[in-house]
Amino acid sequence: MIERFTVGLIVNNRHGVLNRIAGLYGKRGYNIDSLSVGETEDPRYSRMTIVSSGDIYIQTQVIRQLNKLYDVKSAVILDKSGSISVEHLLIKLKINGNGNNGITALINEYGGKVLHLCDQFIIADITGSPERIQAFIDQSKSLGIYELCRSGALALSTDIKNTLQITYETKQGENEDGTDVL
Amino acid sequence: MTLTGAQILVEELIRHGTDTVFGYPGGAVLDIYDELYKNAKRLRHIIAAHEQGAAHAADGYARVSDKPGVVIATSGPGATNLVTGIANAYLDSVPLIAITGNVAVPLLGKDSFQEVDVVGITQLIVKHNFIVREVNELESVITEAFALAMSGRRGPVLIDIPKSVQKARCEYSGNCRSFYAPRQIKPELDQAFEAIKSCRRPYIYCGGGVIAAHAEKEVLKLSERLSAPIGLSMMGLTAIPNSYPLNLGMCGMHGKYASSVAQSEADLMIAVGVRFSDRATGNLEEYTKKCTVVHIDIDEAELGKNIPSIIEVCGDAKQILSRLLDELPKKENTEWTKSILEWKKKDVCDDLTSFTPGNIIGCVKEFCKPDTVVATDVGQHQMWVMQYYPFEKPRTLLTSGGLGTMGYGLGAAIGGCVASSGAETVLFTGDGSFGMNLNELATAVSQRLPILIILMNNGVLGMVRQWQDMFYEKRYSSTTLGRKTDFVALAKAFGADGCTVDSLHALRGVLESGIPHDGPFLVECKIDMDAKVFPMIPPGGSVKEIRLGGEDR
Repeated sequence: MIERFTVGLIVNNRHGVLNRIAGLYGKRGYNIDSLSVGETEDPRYSRMTIVSSGDIYIQTQVIRQLNKLYDVKSAVILDKSGSISVEHLLIKLKINGNGNNGITALINEYGGKVLHLCDQFIIADITGSPERIQAFIDQSKSLGIYELCRSGALALSTDIKNTLQITYETKQGENEDGTDVL
Repeated sequence: MTLTGAQILVEELIRHGTDTVFGYPGGAVLDIYDELYKNAKRLRHIIAAHEQGAAHAADGYARVSDKPGVVIATSGPGATNLVTGIANAYLDSVPLIAITGNVAVPLLGKDSFQEVDVVGITQLIVKHNFIVREVNELESVITEAFALAMSGRRGPVLIDIPKSVQKARCEYSGNCRSFYAPRQIKPELDQAFEAIKSCRRPYIYCGGGVIAAHAEKEVLKLSERLSAPIGLSMMGLTAIPNSYPLNLGMCGMHGKYASSVAQSEADLMIAVGVRFSDRATGNLEEYTKKCTVVHIDIDEAELGKNIPSIIEVCGDAKQILSRLLDELPKKENTEWTKSILEWKKKDVCDDLTSFTPGNIIGCVKEFCKPDTVVATDVGQHQMWVMQYYPFEKPRTLLTSGGLGTMGYGLGAAIGGCVASSGAETVLFTGDGSFGMNLNELATAVSQRLPILIILMNNGVLGMVRQWQDMFYEKRYSSTTLGRKTDFVALAKAFGADGCTVDSLHALRGVLESGIPHDGPFLVECKIDMDAKVFPMIPPGGSVKEIRLGGEDR
C-alpha cells in the first residue's frame, strides 16, 4: 500500500550532504515530497525531515540505503501515530478596500502571527499540520494571495527517548576528544 | 614532523599497506608524482596508457591481493576517465582508493583549466568521497578512506586533493586511527535454523560476499553437512573448487543447467553474499516459487531488495555460517543428491575436438596452474569462461560482473599479474572488448608482465548479435564489425608478440612450445561468428524456458 511517510535523519553538518541524500532518493527512483534541514543543538550535526511516498518495501529500502551513507548518523521512519509533524507558512495577503478585518480574523483562527503590515498587504506566519496549512491556503484564496512560501515538514517523535540517538559520545568521523576528524 | 600534503599522501599509502599504485600523471598531481619519484623504492608506481586502464588495474590488483587497489589521476579529464573504473568497482564491491588531483582551492568552482567536480560526478558510484580543502584534514581522510573501502560491504572511495593542499604543510602524526564502523545489526538466526532443519532439498547460492568474508570453507562444510548442492553467482565462482562434486557452477541466465534446475527444485535456498542480480534470477516469481530463502549478507540494504519475503540474516558470512555449523545436524538426502548428479550429466560436453570456445578454454586450462589468475573482458567469451574454466582457488578470476564493462580485462589482468608477483596471467577477451582498451598492451610490455592473451575473434559483437539473432529476428544492427585489424601485427607494434591459430592442435602447439615470460603474448583464435552461449534463460524468463542450444539435449 502506497502511503506518505516521514523519515527523520541526523547527518553530518557539512557541505554536500544534502546532495548525497537527494541523490540517493533520485538514484533509487523515490520522489521527495518535502525536505527540511537545519542545525541541531550540536553544530556538528544537522537534522533532516524528508517526506515521501511509498509502500513498505520502499520505506524499508529508503531507511537501509540511507543508513549506509557515511554522512548519515541515523535514519528512522517517524510513524504517524508516534510523532508530530508541522509545516511553516509565510503568506503575503492582499488588503482589499474593506481593510484587513477578514484577514486578521482568519490568521487568528489559525493561531498565526502577523509579521508585516502595510497599506497593500499583510505577511502572516502560520504553523501547523500539512492539512491545516493547506486549509488556511484554501481559505485565503478568496482574499487574494500575492505569494506564499511553505516549508517542508518538521517532525519529532512523541516518545520520551531520543529517536535519532544523537548523543555526545564519540561517533564515526570524530576523534576521541570529540573533535571532528574532518 | 611537518610534511607537505603530497608527502603525507605517500606516507599514508605506505602506512596502510600499499606497495603498488596505478595511475597517470598530470598538472594537478605534479606534487604527488614528485613524491612518488622520491619514494620509488618504497612505493611502486605503474603508469597505464589511460586512466580507465589504471582504474581497472587497481581493481584487478584488489581482487587478487585482498587489499585496496590504489589509482591516481590528475584533475579534469584524468578524473573523468576514472569514472567507469570506479563504477565497475562499486557494482562488484571491490575496495578501491581513487585519488584525484584538483585545481588549487582558490580556483575551485570557477571552471578553471582542467577543473571538474569529480566529487559530484562520482557521488553515486562510491561508498563515499572526500574533497580535502585543508591539509590538516588529509591524514585523517586517508585513514578514513581505507577503513571505509575495506569495512562491511567493500567498495570504492575517492579522495580529491586540490593542488594547493598537496603543496601546503602541516604536522603529520603517522598514527591516525579511524573510528568508522558500519552499523552493527545483531544477526537473528532462529528462523534460519528452523527453515534449515525442516528442509528436504537445500540449495546453497554463494556469491562474491563469501570470498570477501573468507567464508569459503564454511560454505563447503555447510554443503557437506546438509548434502546441499552449491550454485554460484559470477562473483562467487571461485569460492568453491570446481572439482567439488556438489559444485554445480554458475547459475542464472548463462549458468549451468544443473545449477538452474537444482535451484528451481529446491525447497530451501541459503543465499550467502549475493545480491540476486536480475541476470541471476530471471523471473522473480518463478525464481522463488518452490523455496524458502534464507539470505545472509553483510549489507542490510541487500536483504529484501530484490527478493521479497525472505528470512533475513544480516552480518558477517563467516561468523554466521560458523554459528549455523555449530548447531546443525548432519542431513543425508540420497534422493536429492542423486537428482543433482543426474542433472550434472547434462552439463557435460561430448565434443572435445572441435575448435569451439569451450575447447579453447579447456586447452588453455591444461597449461595453467590452479592459482593462475584469469581475467576476462565482457561478452560471449566471458560467459564461456564462466561455463568452461574449472576454477579451483578463490581470487583467481577477474571479471566485470555488475557493470559488464567491455574493456575491463587487459587493465584487470595487469593489476592481477602485479598482485600475484608477476606470475603468468591469462586474459580471455573478444575482438570487441579488446578493441576498447588495447592501449594497455603498452603497459603490459613496459612492465614486462607475462600475460597470455587469448583473443577469440569472431569479427562480431557476439553477445549483442546473439540477442539480435534470438530476439530481433536476425537484424544485426551495427554488430558485424567488418574490421581488418591484424591483432598479431598490432601486438608486435606494441612490442609484444603473438600468433593466430585455427585449431586445437595449433593452439596446443603454441602453448607447448612455450610463450615469453617477460611480456604479453597474444594468441588470436579465429572462431565461428555464429557460436552462441548456451545454456540461456531468456531475460525475465525462468528455468522452464532454458535453452540448451542447437537441439535441446
